[in-house]
Amino acid sequence: MADINTINKDFADLFNQGNELLLEGSSDVMNETRKNAFQDFSKLGVPTRANENYKYTNLIPAFDHPYNVNLRYQQVDVDLNEIFQCDVPELDTNMVLLTNGWYYGNNKELTELPKGVIICGVQEAAEKYPEIFNAHYGKYAKTDEDGVVALNTALAKDGFFIYVPKGVVIEKPIQVVNLLRSDRDLMATQRNLIVVEENAQAKIIVCDHTLTHHKYLTNSVTEVNVARNAIFDLYTLQNQHLNSVILNSTFIRQESNSNVLSNTISLYGGTIRNNHHVILDEEHCENNTFGMYLMDRDQHVDNFTSIDHAKPNCLSNEHFKGVMDDQASGAFAGRIFVRRDAQQTQAFQSNNNLLLSNDAVINTKPQLVIDADDVKCSHGATVGQMDEDALFYLRARGIDEKEARQMLMFAFAHEIIEKIRVEPLKERIDELVDKRLRGEISKCNTCAIACNH
Amino acid sequence: MGKKLNIEMLSIKNLHVSIEGKDILKGINLDVKPGEVHAIMGPNGAGKSTLASVLAGRDLFNVTEGEVNFQGKDLLDMEPEDRAKEGIFLGFQYPIEIPGVSTVNFMKTAVNEHRKYKGLDPLSASDFLKLMREKKSLVEIDSKLTNRSVNEGFSGGEKKKNEIFQMAMLEPKLAVLDETDSGLDIDALRVVANGVNKLKTRDNATIVITHYQRLLDYIVPDVVHVLYDGRIVKTAGKELALELEEKGYDWIKEENGK
Repeated sequence: MADINTINKDFADLFNQGNELLLEGSSDVMNETRKNAFQDFSKLGVPTRANENYKYTNLIPAFDHPYNVNLRYQQVDVDLNEIFQCDVPELDTNMVLLTNGWYYGNNKELTELPKGVIICGVQEAAEKYPEIFNAHYGKYAKTDEDGVVALNTALAKDGFFIYVPKGVVIEKPIQVVNLLRSDRDLMATQRNLIVVEENAQAKIIVCDHTLTHHKYLTNSVTEVNVARNAIFDLYTLQNQHLNSVILNSTFIRQESNSNVLSNTISLYGGTIRNNHHVILDEEHCENNTFGMYLMDRDQHVDNFTSIDHAKPNCLSNEHFKGVMDDQASGAFAGRIFVRRDAQQTQAFQSNNNLLLSNDAVINTKPQLVIDADDVKCSHGATVGQMDEDALFYLRARGIDEKEARQMLMFAFAHEIIEKIRVEPLKERIDELVDKRLRGEISKCNTCAIACNH
Repeated sequence: MGKKLNIEMLSIKNLHVSIEGKDILKGINLDVKPGEVHAIMGPNGAGKSTLASVLAGRDLFNVTEGEVNFQGKDLLDMEPEDRAKEGIFLGFQYPIEIPGVSTVNFMKTAVNEHRKYKGLDPLSASDFLKLMREKKSLVEIDSKLTNRSVNEGFSGGEKKKNEIFQMAMLEPKLAVLDETDSGLDIDALRVVANGVNKLKTRDNATIVITHYQRLLDYIVPDVVHVLYDGRIVKTAGKELALELEEKGYDWIKEENGK
């Protein structure tokens, strides 16, 4: 097995030898950001378990593998629109496809978008809409704190860009589906930017879909800026196969009176690490950060979150729940910062875990750093087994033990699902989670919202 | 027909039960026939709730001796869910709150499990809702309760009403109501008792466990037993309940040498 220095050196070689390809087609701002990010990466490297923030997730086995890396858009030899059709009943979305992290060149035109809304690839956005792009790109995702984010920024070529202009409400959710399709093991770097202007509203559903069984390492970073009075939902559905590694970092900045809800649902994947950073950068923001993970076998999930109350009078609710079976392992870290002047902050956090086997492991760590004195904050973490009294109550009414367990597990997870503000998606996720808990989608080759292909 | 009435529905013989090595029930004998209402009274700690739990199949308890026969079958050999489907219903002293499980889904699953056991098709959604409506009015339970998660945030009285509602939905052969009156105000008590009385037929039976006589003003028992220190020490007609109300349990304790 390679050591961390070899892994880091390989990335340095890739960066230097592939420099021409990396610069090609990217805007000056992207390339300038890239250069700085690479310097940060050179100092930080791929995080190891010696890094406190990665104590519970060993990334060395994930990175220690000869992946293919595409530094240039690869033409797709089939029509992905044909291959991929989402069959969620009643879920009517504006759908765009990505291929291995790149914006798909033959996406169907979205005809129902309100005027001024832009959905395109990051490269295209950098070129065509520099005034928007340059004002936000690289401004929220910090490259000097996390080697994974630095690496993404250093290698970033493409991803999706979504712009919602002032006052525009997009009724239909936007659905972004990243299709992983390769004939070799692949590392995909995906860089996304979402800009929601004042008084605008949008809901975005992001999902992955592995079309082949190769080993995938996806390193994606999404930056989001939500301006004053805007309302924004981000649903992330993770449902790849056991041989995949998902590194997913999201950075959300909120301006005054904005309202953001994110819900990260991890149904399947070999190793999943979610970094979720929120900064409430002006007053009277509301942030809801939710997540759910259902892990079994040798799967691993790590949700690392931070909510930064930088200004007074903001509210944040954070709730993650997990069901862990077999030898699955996981971690949750919930950091809340309340800065010195952020008076009247309300910040609530909880993490609840249900362990179904003796071998399943969860490490949960709430961490509150409160520098203001007039705040209301709470946190709580629980790790427990199935409630035997509740189980007996259900059985005493004639429900057999297996079904009773299923009902209780589902009820546990449902608390997170019911926070979804897109009704058909909520119903679909309910159904999927029910199946997932029954072990009916254990061998998963379909995307989280089960598609025909 | 006369013959059928004479067959015991429930027959408990010399039942000994312990928990963590401590003997709780020390040789219970009890026979219940269809159409009968039995009251089991006794001071706290006598073993009343243990008896109810053992009949329903709670595995915290250890049956060390004796047998329980229900409609010709060995009850102790059955899983809790099978006992329920055979017709045993336990009205819990402390009904459990189950956040996230809707009462509708809970009851639908339970009713259909019972139907499956009897070889019947599951109820259609509309038939099920019709059944719910009927039973709700029978036990005077508010729709707002059945629209919520099972017992979540219910008051003590609402929880007990919900037990009677579930009993109405499942139509058991033998209902064992464990301290159903505890924590009830007089109105709730009347609602609960009315529910039990309305559900009574000549084919089913009820065991009412209580330590106050008050409930028995509304649910009139055919037989009253006094359970004390793990044994039934006295069995008589409904007048025994009144005597206990008047004299308390001390004379029972004295008679039994404690």
